[in-house]
Amino acid sequence: MYLADSRSTTSAAAPNTRSGRRPAVPGAVLSLGAVSLITDVSSEMVTAVLPLYVVAALGLSPLGFGLLDGINNGVGALVRLVGGHLADRGGRRHKVVAGLGYGLSALCKPLFLFVHTLPGISAVLAADRTGKGLRTAPRDAMISLATRPEHRGRAFGVHRAMDTTGAMLGPLTAFAVLRATVDGYDAVFAVSGCIAALGVLVLVLFVPRRITAETAPTATPGATPAAPPEPAPAATPATTSATAARGATPAPSGPTLRDALALLRRPGLRRLTLCAALLGLTTVSDAFLYLLLQRELRLPAHLFPLLPLGTAAAFLLLAVPMGALADRMGRLRLFLAGHGVLLLGYGLVLARVHGAPVAVSVAVLVLHGAFYAATDGVLAAATSEAVPAAHQGAGQALVGTGQALARFACSLAFGAGWSLWGGRRALAVTAVALTVSALVAWAVLRRNAGATHTGAAHAEAST
Amino acid sequence: MTRTTRVVILLVAVLLLGTVGTAAVLRAADRSGRREQEQAGGPPVHPGTVSLRAAAAGRQLLVRNLAWGPHRDEIAAVPADRPDGPRTVSGVKCLRFHAAAGTGICLQAVHHALDDTYRAVVLDSHLRERHHFPVGGVPTRARVSPSGHLVGWTVFVSGDSYATGTNFSTRTAIVDTRTWAIDDNLESFAVTKDGRPYHASDINIWGVTFADDNRFYATLATGGQTYLVRGDVSARTLTTLHGNVECPSLSPDGTRIAYKKRVHGASPDAPWRLYVLNLRTMSETPTAERRNIDDQALWANGSTLVYALAGDYGSDLWTVPADGSGKAQRLMLSALAPAYLP
Repeated sequence: MYLADSRSTTSAAAPNTRSGRRPAVPGAVLSLGAVSLITDVSSEMVTAVLPLYVVAALGLSPLGFGLLDGINNGVGALVRLVGGHLADRGGRRHKVVAGLGYGLSALCKPLFLFVHTLPGISAVLAADRTGKGLRTAPRDAMISLATRPEHRGRAFGVHRAMDTTGAMLGPLTAFAVLRATVDGYDAVFAVSGCIAALGVLVLVLFVPRRITAETAPTATPGATPAAPPEPAPAATPATTSATAARGATPAPSGPTLRDALALLRRPGLRRLTLCAALLGLTTVSDAFLYLLLQRELRLPAHLFPLLPLGTAAAFLLLAVPMGALADRMGRLRLFLAGHGVLLLGYGLVLARVHGAPVAVSVAVLVLHGAFYAATDGVLAAATSEAVPAAHQGAGQALVGTGQALARFACSLAFGAGWSLWGGRRALAVTAVALTVSALVAWAVLRRNAGATHTGAAHAEAST
Repeated sequence: MTRTTRVVILLVAVLLLGTVGTAAVLRAADRSGRREQEQAGGPPVHPGTVSLRAAAAGRQLLVRNLAWGPHRDEIAAVPADRPDGPRTVSGVKCLRFHAAAGTGICLQAVHHALDDTYRAVVLDSHLRERHHFPVGGVPTRARVSPSGHLVGWTVFVSGDSYATGTNFSTRTAIVDTRTWAIDDNLESFAVTKDGRPYHASDINIWGVTFADDNRFYATLATGGQTYLVRGDVSARTLTTLHGNVECPSLSPDGTRIAYKKRVHGASPDAPWRLYVLNLRTMSETPTAERRNIDDQALWANGSTLVYALAGDYGSDLWTVPADGSGKAQRLMLSALAPAYLP
């Protein structure tokens, strides 16, 4: 296949004389993975006990509590763009901006000890999610910059697997605390706050302050700094020369907002953002998929809370192998194939296989988790290829935001479709639309393969 | 900073944060330990036999006992005319409870090594388990039909993850105790809203109250609005009757519904007031209780409502006339989930 062929030439076309110097998954990525793991333990502890806390401890009815979600989605997208942009400025402040995001979320955890009303809890959750929005793009930018281009799929896979591990450990930790204290929700929030603080500390101590791009596409090969894998002192000759090498950067203050928006003029990134958004527009949200799974397969109601666990487990197990596969067969190709896997999952729900609801559900969840493993980190890796090193933060934010907003739009449309036609038909319509989107994306991204895989330096020259 | 320095800083921080976390857990454990000790000045509590059948001593009020002590959370019985008198506790622990005509429904937590699950237990007149069903969320409402044949319950589910937002929803189930047939999600019933068939993904149903062994009332929420619906178990239908009704409770004569109404101008964290709806005229009467109510009220008789309000030990039970007259009075301390027998 064309995409695969062009991808395989990349590794060959990028001879790396220092391939022995840095492992496929660098220390910085493992550190960032550890930060995400720890932070997710902390976040998911709160998420897991929140319904119980609200209903059983506070005695409140949380219905109609999702009202802020729509606003949060819009604000979250904006915050992500701002985070990505800020991170690129001033000679890459990824770590500072990510640190602010992790710090804000960490500060929110002890606040749960003091708010006892739904609007209060809602506000703390919104602040928590702002922190999440702020840190996502700089974190992915750092993973990209720390990793050699040909290993980025695997690096993102490792990061996502660690992240998901944390998400699965969180609820277990929370219930262990609840068990030890007999309904000590305040202890859960306190422990969650301590764990979040630990995550921030690991970020501060073990994630390099300046991550110099490994074979940054914009740098001329001769000037690529021989950066140590661990934090470089602020002004070593190596980093200075790296800054000098980024001749495209106009001022010491780094890229401006206009530069960030001008990223969309790069055909490679524009096509990728467009396709991620297009596919996002036809991707049913997790909540709807679980609801349909339960109704179409007549799954017993008490199994409903287990459904997200199934997806997470499959994602966790498949993230690394899928990332490595992406490095070998081409990220764009796997990204599209992942949506094919999702289509299979939709088909399985629509096929209404009777008699074995649990087995069919497990199959759907494995496909759903495989879809995430083949698309989530893989999209970030593909984005890193399409953006020069100086704009990694903004580039990651742009693609991520485009996808998130499109998925939100899809949720609204799907809800409307459900009211109009019922859930089953709405899913069938979405499945057809996803097929069309995937075909369009395939046609569009074929062109991307050529542009990015022969090296973004060419794309840079052509703009 | 050398690697060693950083590792040392991390270890010190782990120790410090670990100490803070451990202290928080120990403090909470100690506090929960105190809940196991009998509360000073609390109601006298003694273990005994609790029956759902007519007692020689007369009418009884059954509640979930919240008074501190070893029998916290157990179903307790008090004479209906002396609710602040000594409590007879049964040994059966429930989060939510209701009973009628010798049938009890008890929603309880089951503690496992790694997490908690919940189940709905149908009890016989001696509070022994007849049958149980796993439920997929935190229990919130429970009701038994007047004949004792049908039981219904509602649990909160939050299947959504941190990443996608906090979207709570409900699952409401009805079981026929004669056949053990279960409708485990009333959202699958056919909905008629304002005279037309209605589908939506965001339908939530909660707070069943039974009229007989087929007809019931409940709350249906969709598109940010709540409705009183009349349900039909055998036809599997729900029909909207009236707007802005939550947690309905049908009067013994079947003519009125006591419910939570979301009132204009109230603070968003305390939006509900206790109202009574006349099903014949559809006229609404506010009760004399002016505080925020978050409970499915119970009819003590044809003219008096009982409901829970936050109290020093979880919640207390209060009472108010159903016709809007009089004023709210406290019925008993440290109790929840009342049921009158017979």
